[in-house]
Amino acid sequence: MTSLAWIGAALTAARPQAIGALLRYFRDLDRAEEAFQEACLRALKHWPQSGPPRDPAAWLIFVGRNAGLDAARRAQKQEPLPEDAEIPDAEDAEAELAERLDNAHYRDDLLRLLFICCHPELPATQQIALALRIVSGLSVEEIARAFLVSDSAMEQRITRAKSRIAKAEIPFAAPGAVERAERLGAVAAMIYLVFNEGYSASGGTAHLRLTLCDEAIRLARLLLRLFPGEPEIMGLVALLLLQHARAPARLDAEGAIVLLEDQDRGLWNADLIAEGHALIEKALRHRRPGPYQLQAAIAATHARAARPEDTDWAEIDQLYAVLERLQPSPVVTLNRAVAVAKRHGPEAALAMIEPLAGPLAGYFHFFGLKGALLMQLGRAEEARTAFGRAIALAHTPAEAAHIRLHLDRLQAESQRA
Amino acid sequence: MLYAILCYDDEAAVESWSKEEEQAVLGKRQSVQQKLAAEGRLGPVARLMPTTAATTVRDGREPLVIDGPFAETKEQLLGFYIVDCPTLENAIETARQLKSGEAGGALEIRPLRLFRPASGPAP
Repeated sequence: MTSLAWIGAALTAARPQAIGALLRYFRDLDRAEEAFQEACLRALKHWPQSGPPRDPAAWLIFVGRNAGLDAARRAQKQEPLPEDAEIPDAEDAEAELAERLDNAHYRDDLLRLLFICCHPELPATQQIALALRIVSGLSVEEIARAFLVSDSAMEQRITRAKSRIAKAEIPFAAPGAVERAERLGAVAAMIYLVFNEGYSASGGTAHLRLTLCDEAIRLARLLLRLFPGEPEIMGLVALLLLQHARAPARLDAEGAIVLLEDQDRGLWNADLIAEGHALIEKALRHRRPGPYQLQAAIAATHARAARPEDTDWAEIDQLYAVLERLQPSPVVTLNRAVAVAKRHGPEAALAMIEPLAGPLAGYFHFFGLKGALLMQLGRAEEARTAFGRAIALAHTPAEAAHIRLHLDRLQAESQRA
Repeated sequence: MLYAILCYDDEAAVESWSKEEEQAVLGKRQSVQQKLAAEGRLGPVARLMPTTAATTVRDGREPLVIDGPFAETKEQLLGFYIVDCPTLENAIETARQLKSGEAGGALEIRPLRLFRPASGPAP
């Protein structure tokens, strides 16, 4: 790897913690970002000659803080200060700082930074955009392309989110245990949103969608590194890894959705699956089950089956039953119905989803599953109606095309009959 | 003399590598490994999973099991085992047996991401 590529990777990796610490110093998101930018410029100048510092994040925080203070002083006095005057020797800077930047500080800094992005007043789309821009450092253009909106629209969305946050009270005191747990929960949910935005192919180019998934995994791993004993964060990382492992098999060459049971399992990423299994096993030792752990355990059960017919549907049914109890939702019941159909047949599954018709009246997957179950039962006319609803509710051409395949099959069968 | 060569890097930075960058690093290492293997000088090669997958067994009145890697800096890496265990629970139990009756120190349990047995003749 060239030294520039190395520096790029090091800056990306250090970014969340560095910005988190600079935000603590400056208490202002824009100033923290500017200070970080300045520190990066200096890193690009210094690191190729002096070699990489031992702790890039600590170096960037120290240099960024001084640059930010310089800028403030300059603005006050209206006179230039000498460049780099504050850092005669970056190595000294590092030694001094390494002592003070203990893990606990890093932890709360990063958690605060992520927590700001999931402020309850921000709609989900703004939360995701803000996290990708500020924490991950993706460019406005990259984020705009992933969301299929214009650059200026995305710029506006981020500016609006920032000004909302500026008006809100940012909590700078070190959080108590209960508060920390609440923040951790909100941040985990936001990271999951980022992943889902990448995972559900609701638009954008495939490459950028995968970038969102990679970013979510990177943030989740970072979170777990700072909170190594939290079973739900282990579950979150495991869930993302296990779902992401299937990405290479989820779409065919034409971009059409390939259902789990039709996927080429040889394309699944064995490394990610192994890591997901290791993490879920670690999490379950704590005997404190939560929604992420359960969903990860379900994904792990699918991943364990070498062929679709080897899938342990009884296990999946039971895991969904626990999830239903822990976090009741019509979507969870709908997912459970798939396992019930495999175990007890389409009739039982259909009876299970009947009561969901109200709450899921606008949900694509409800009508997709209902149509498929009716088709299995030979109730072609009702199946056609359900599939028709599904197509009307589809978010992407791939979803609609998938349902149309079923309709074509029904059509062919009725013509044969 | 047999030597162990241990690999250290910032794992957050390694996770930020693009696929191409990772391929470039692994490819370069691969060519050195192939040469060593051809000369019969290469022992087992392993790549560990990230530290987030680690569990550490520490000394206490009873051996403590802690999530995460061994993070202290006043102890040094003195050796390692590679053991085939059906479950994490079994790996922890194995570490406890190895550790029992010893004061101080710790055993970190880290699942392997990749393992290639020795390709050279054992001495």
